[in-house]
Amino acid sequence: MALKGRNTKFWQGNVACAEGAIAAGCRFFAGYPITPSSEIAERMALRLPKVGGIFIQMEDEIASINTIIGASWAGAKAMTATSGPGFSLMQEGIGYAFMTETPCVIVVVQRVGPATGQASKNAQGNFMQVRWGTHGDYAAIVLAPNSAQEMFDLTIRAFNLAEEYRTPVILLADEFTGHILEPVEIPEKIRVVNRRKPKDLSKPFFGSDDPREVPPMPEVGEGFNVLVTGSTHNEWGYRFTSNAEVHRKLVTRLYWKIEGNAQKIADYENAIIDGAKIGIVSFGCTSRSAYEAIKRAEKNGMKISHIRLKTLWPFPDWIIEELAEKVDAIIVPELSLGQLVREVERAVHGKCKVISITKIGGGEMITPSEILEVARRL
Amino acid sequence: MEHFAIKYLRKECLPTPFCPGCGIGIVINCFFKAIEELGYKDLRNFVFCSGIGCSAWIPSPHFKADSIHSLHGRSIPIALGVKLVKPHLKVVVFGGDGDLTGIGLNHLIHAARRNIEITVIMVNNMIYGMTGGQVAPTTPKGAKTTTTPYGNIEKPIDAVKLVKEAGAVYAARWTTYHVIPLKNSIKKALTKNGFSFIEVVSQCPTAYGRRAGFKNPAEMLKWFKENAIHIERAKAMRQEEIEGKIIVGEFADREAKGLSEKIHELIKQLQEA
Repeated sequence: MALKGRNTKFWQGNVACAEGAIAAGCRFFAGYPITPSSEIAERMALRLPKVGGIFIQMEDEIASINTIIGASWAGAKAMTATSGPGFSLMQEGIGYAFMTETPCVIVVVQRVGPATGQASKNAQGNFMQVRWGTHGDYAAIVLAPNSAQEMFDLTIRAFNLAEEYRTPVILLADEFTGHILEPVEIPEKIRVVNRRKPKDLSKPFFGSDDPREVPPMPEVGEGFNVLVTGSTHNEWGYRFTSNAEVHRKLVTRLYWKIEGNAQKIADYENAIIDGAKIGIVSFGCTSRSAYEAIKRAEKNGMKISHIRLKTLWPFPDWIIEELAEKVDAIIVPELSLGQLVREVERAVHGKCKVISITKIGGGEMITPSEILEVARRL
Repeated sequence: MEHFAIKYLRKECLPTPFCPGCGIGIVINCFFKAIEELGYKDLRNFVFCSGIGCSAWIPSPHFKADSIHSLHGRSIPIALGVKLVKPHLKVVVFGGDGDLTGIGLNHLIHAARRNIEITVIMVNNMIYGMTGGQVAPTTPKGAKTTTTPYGNIEKPIDAVKLVKEAGAVYAARWTTYHVIPLKNSIKKALTKNGFSFIEVVSQCPTAYGRRAGFKNPAEMLKWFKENAIHIERAKAMRQEEIEGKIIVGEFADREAKGLSEKIHELIKQLQEA
């Protein structure tokens, strides 16, 4: 494939992710080797010190997530990358980052699970885990790239969202997207959001009147005497481990800080076509089969609408509803026994039929023919 | 006259929530004596990290400083992240024996191996105190706890020896009876350019002492006094003689370049190239 000029690179998805992180200002990476995400750590080990950043390989994924949280409180934009087993180990730390409003980025390059499963094989079985993995009431921001280009672009967006909303952000890739080699265009101008730090003590570090507002975040070592705790705390960080009102106020705010901004956070490709009676909702690697199926259908005179999710959470109910109102059936192809389909069914709320196409194991993709076959039978 | 340590504390958080007779007050006192003798007027240059447990509440919220009260066992990785990004800060971890040698032991060994320039002060009360007195990796053999109702059949861990072997530049053990040597050790640990570790064997009259047959906290301090053997004296003793005793003193005191210094040297070198 011809590369269009100097700003186009021929990169593996995982490499594009690491480069996107650096472009977004990431200067701290802590991780633990795990297939199929290791190339992200390897690229960071090579590149970070050259741009003044810190790379460290930790003793496990629990240490990795906690170390990036520490680095974030010291003012660094920080990231870790892992796959299913490592991500399972990180859940408590992700809850801590949410509760303490610590910006950081966690990249999950999905493989076949549960447990060790099939380490090098493609899957999409973490769709629900990225939303509900940690205990307690929680809201997640999750992005889902489907190309090497998006491994670059969406990693930048992940950092920007993490800073904007002061929260952990998950980039949910898959083995296919992590390992595919594709041209990646580096834009001339990259929008980078930097941390909003307090100037004085006029605004609390862990509270705001409007639940959708994001409080300023101090760094340690700047004289703010900041109290950071994963226990329930008031707006200045003091622990309140029994008071119901303090807990409700804190967790409701943390929840609405994200869910209340769902319209701003959500991103998807909207290909709803007039007259189409069939729709597809997809994300990640499977969306590429969906594109091909739609193209082939079109050649045969069949119109299919498509919503390709670039953000998975907060889930964009509104666009699924819109699709459901226009079609008779929505097909949901995914490499799990059916996770995204449950969320689609919830959003569709009986307005149309929802058909699930599932496949697990061996890294086998759902083929365009398989999607077409289901569409034809409708 | 105001107590010398008040300037380092958040007055609004006093009194502390610790049980009467708890050894934590002695540890706090020794720590601030060391801080004052080192000439620090405030804690501006310090960041305190802690996990979960009674000792994790030493800095958070009591110290007038930045503090990160983290997850159970995870204070060390948090401290490592802070230190690598801001190497000019003094990063101090307070934790209990369950936090640092139970759930968080992996991180303790690796921090010592990496020689990350932080100070870890482990308050060893030989029990899981906050959860009501369950057996810990540090509980003496035979001790009755809520989860060893027939006596502890396991052998306790020696954290000081472990971190020494792993590579700590400074490792010491004292008890809450040994307040002057403890304070001196804290001073030394805070001036080391590497991983420094101090274990303070401390009394928990509520969750350990009363089940172990101690009538009051003072009896526990007396037990520390009578059962502590200085490391130099222990060297000349047979294994049977020191079995079950508390070996106190400095186990390691050496120099080695720390991790953050090495990382920042590499960064500088690569950026100049």
